[in-house]
Amino acid sequence: MYLNDEEKRMLAGDFGSGTAEAMKLQVALGEAFDAERMVEISRAHVSLAHYPSDVWYTAKLAAGGARCRIKPTCNPLYDLHYLENVGIRDPANEAGLLRNLKETFLKLGITLTYSCTPEIQSNVPRFGEYVAFAESSATPYVNAVCGARSNRESAKSALAAAITGRAPLYGYLLDENRTGNVLIEVETPINDDFDYHLLGYAASHKMGPGVPVFTGMPMKPSPEELVCFGAQLATGGSVAMYHIVGVTPEASDLETAFGGKTPEKKLTITERDLQKTQKLLSHGSGRIEFVMLGCPHYSIGQVAEVARLLEGKKIHPEVAFWVLTSPATRGLADRMGYLDTINRAGGHIIGGTCADISCWYGLYSGKVGVTDSVKAAYYTARVDMNFQLKRRYECVEIALRGGEA
Amino acid sequence: MGKENALTFNCHRISGGSAEGQVLISPEPVCFYMIDTDTGKINERSHALVGQSITDKVLVLPSGKGSSVVQDEGLFALKQKNTGPKGIIVKNPDTVLVAGTIVMDYPLFDRVDNEFYDHIENDDYVKVDAERELIMLVKKQAC
Repeated sequence: MYLNDEEKRMLAGDFGSGTAEAMKLQVALGEAFDAERMVEISRAHVSLAHYPSDVWYTAKLAAGGARCRIKPTCNPLYDLHYLENVGIRDPANEAGLLRNLKETFLKLGITLTYSCTPEIQSNVPRFGEYVAFAESSATPYVNAVCGARSNRESAKSALAAAITGRAPLYGYLLDENRTGNVLIEVETPINDDFDYHLLGYAASHKMGPGVPVFTGMPMKPSPEELVCFGAQLATGGSVAMYHIVGVTPEASDLETAFGGKTPEKKLTITERDLQKTQKLLSHGSGRIEFVMLGCPHYSIGQVAEVARLLEGKKIHPEVAFWVLTSPATRGLADRMGYLDTINRAGGHIIGGTCADISCWYGLYSGKVGVTDSVKAAYYTARVDMNFQLKRRYECVEIALRGGEA
Repeated sequence: MGKENALTFNCHRISGGSAEGQVLISPEPVCFYMIDTDTGKINERSHALVGQSITDKVLVLPSGKGSSVVQDEGLFALKQKNTGPKGIIVKNPDTVLVAGTIVMDYPLFDRVDNEFYDHIENDDYVKVDAERELIMLVKKQAC
């Protein structure tokens, strides 16, 4: 693939071994996908966590002097400080690891947003902008809803892009790959963010790879609903670009969405598909010991809804109640009084924390909880953290009365 | 394995070197995080291959799936414990899977001749020559 002089110098190590390592990955990706050249990106989001492979890779790049040319936003880890304040002392014995990783992130030039929903808060791209977004809920959103151009970056390839300020030109960065090839006719009403969760998983699980075009959907979805939709499209499958006819900016009508081509595949999604997904991904039975809401991170609107449902009430003493959001939204919830309402009911709002992360495993593995997130239920089943899938108001009802779901 | 029994197909090398091993075909995409890294067994409860081990296999996949965070983590942990696949042949590569295999140095191949998919069955043996971008397939009854 063609590299300009500066890109060649990055690869040759003129900017240090860390930048060279990042460029090496970018070039290998470019060659794998037959990219002709690199393009400059103007935004990045890295979904790095404290997993061993992330610690290893970030330490290697930082030690090699790598600094991000484009300062990326980053995913949540967990707020150990908050947990310790409420009496949960270093549950995974990782205080040192988290401290070191934070230093590495700062050295690399990563902005510590600790949010999995940058696309609606801290890192919102404009139409047509070349970006490198990792995090499954974010990539489909920036492509489909914002009309920016990102491939389905991994945590590491997004970091490499932030360091080099480049992305190889292939895939969803090119017009011809952004048009749809699978038609999905939705034949059931989609009413709230929970329906978008179920629909996203069901559709991507059923369709396989490709760019889906949805018809029969509401014309005025909220940003939160589309965040949930994208997150599940990338969990049940690997969708990074989609269209909703009449809603998303590259799908003014069916013909435009398909770029004038005929759909290769046609599927329908019915009420049964959504019910099947809810059943398939609900695990465990018995007494509910915890409620976890906010995967992807709740927005201020979703936090307000929880506060409204809990106003003046008391959560059952045997149920732990967690709302996950970005540190920025938590600050806003504090200012708005929602934090106080939720705390007084006996619940927590924890900032900068993921649902599938080590701090919870010791607390909740082998137990049963409820969540409104298909993604949370899907991934945590691996560590025997079992979730029943329910709508937000149902999760709150169960938290108040205790007992079984 | 007599060479006369081998069928040869073209492919495209994405990452890693040559690889060989018994074939395991997944009818659906795989998230490497949803594998028990001690045993190499798929532990995603609703997956078609739940309970089957991918260790030392040449995995034939339609595509990767799932998180941009943990797909890599699965590949990394399997590598560390020597319970990963010998190689991966994928129909629709995505950036998450490709970046993971490049960083973790797994052999990954795509763009295989269509006829390959007509012939291939579980427990067949394949040798992938990364230099020449060729796959040699030995049917199980010929072994």
